[in-house]
Amino acid sequence: MCDTCGCNITPGNRHLIIGEGKLARTEDGRTAVSVLQGLLSENDHQAAHNREHFDRRGILALNLMSSPGAGKTRLLEATIDALKGELGIAVIEGDLETENDAERVRARGVPAIQIATGSACHLDAHMVHDALHHLPLEGVDIVFIENVGNLVCPASFDLGHHRNVILLSVVEGDDKPAKYPVMFRAADLMLITKTDLLPFLDDFEPAAAERHLRALACEAPVLQLSASKGPGMEEWLGWLRGEAAAQRERATRGESLRPSVAPDAHGHDHDHAHHHAHP
Amino acid sequence: MHELALCQALLRQVEAVAAEHNASSVSRILLRYGPLSGVEPHLLRQAYPLAAAGTPAEGAELVMEESPVRVRCRTCGVESEAVPNRLVCAACGDWHTDLVSGDELLLASLELDIPEDPAPE
Ligand SMILES: Nc1nc2c(ncn2[C@@H]2O[C@H](COP(=O)(O)OP(=O)(O)OP(=O)(O)O)[C@@H](O)[C@H]2O)c(=O)[nH]1
Ligand SMILES: [Zn+2]
Ligand SMILES: [Zn+2]
Ligand SMILES: [Zn+2]
Ligand SMILES: [Zn+2]
Repeated sequence: MCDTCGCNITPGNRHLIIGEGKLARTEDGRTAVSVLQGLLSENDHQAAHNREHFDRRGILALNLMSSPGAGKTRLLEATIDALKGELGIAVIEGDLETENDAERVRARGVPAIQIATGSACHLDAHMVHDALHHLPLEGVDIVFIENVGNLVCPASFDLGHHRNVILLSVVEGDDKPAKYPVMFRAADLMLITKTDLLPFLDDFEPAAAERHLRALACEAPVLQLSASKGPGMEEWLGWLRGEAAAQRERATRGESLRPSVAPDAHGHDHDHAHHHAHP
Repeated sequence: MHELALCQALLRQVEAVAAEHNASSVSRILLRYGPLSGVEPHLLRQAYPLAAAGTPAEGAELVMEESPVRVRCRTCGVESEAVPNRLVCAACGDWHTDLVSGDELLLASLELDIPEDPAPE
């Protein structure tokens, strides 16, 4: 493990830290130790291990995040139908209480594992690992991880996925990225959803949503779609096909990919080996 | 919120460092966090005593230092201060920037009580 490797030290914060010395005496004779550990290092190591599970099979893992009800499950249903026979899909569902979302996905003929988080407002890498060991991965090209509907916590936990897909439905207001910068800054793709409702709303401007996203220094493409009515689905499916193909190629080269902004893990490339036996 | 889980992770690390130095207790913990780390300092502070109860860090002073949000511009190279929802260059206004600090969440240092050298055996 990376005891004091300084997982989390960046060129920008290093000066805040060095100079204290690794071991020094305080005025009252106590021993001061400088430690420099990212608090999420346990989660991050599990996440790196999960990513190996995916990479070994050339599977693309996507983390879907949004407010409650932005349309994640509906989008999954439409995506599964559209890609049937073309790409193998499996789903990990995070939900506070119910099995409903997993059942909706299974009804489309795709394996789905429900993680009931109980009171937890987000998934973490350990929960995903447990789910992975119960999910058949043969013939699977894409694993969707539907995170708990919440714009706050999920962004802080690396799950071992490759890309963050963030949904913003048009009924929520176009300033959501400015209100939840921690979440939206992590987007590798932002989907503006439920666009069939745009004609009934006079205050949601897709261009404004994109401007708020850019102000977070986020380069993610922005797509607009309606999972119910269809427009925009082709661009989304095209993005998926491209990412799945890129992931297969990376896997043959033995390479991996992390989301462009990963929480709590600067300058630390998790390249040390993690061995454990699997049933 | 997940502050209790964060506190538990923090305490596991604190306990490991304390054990490594044969400390009898921990008197001060310094955390460094950025506004973009997603942590709520007051929630962490509330959760801390619960998680610390019965550990060598029970009674330790928890000090939380906020690090500034800073970005470096890819276009003009200037490094400047920013606010969490406007990570643009203060010099030229471009949004093509890299975050230099502001999303860290670090156990930065500890003060330990280490008993005097035990009598030689
Ligand atoms: N008009 C319209 N309604 C939609 C669309 N997509 C989803 N909905 C509706 O929005 C509601 C919530 O959709 P879900 O797919 O369950 O949302 P979710 O993000 O999975 O919700 P949680 O898992 O609870 O966070 C349902 O009533 C959907 O039918 C869309 O493209 N257009
Ligand atoms: Zn859902
Ligand atoms: Zn495993
Ligand atoms: Zn949480
Ligand atoms: Zn600039």
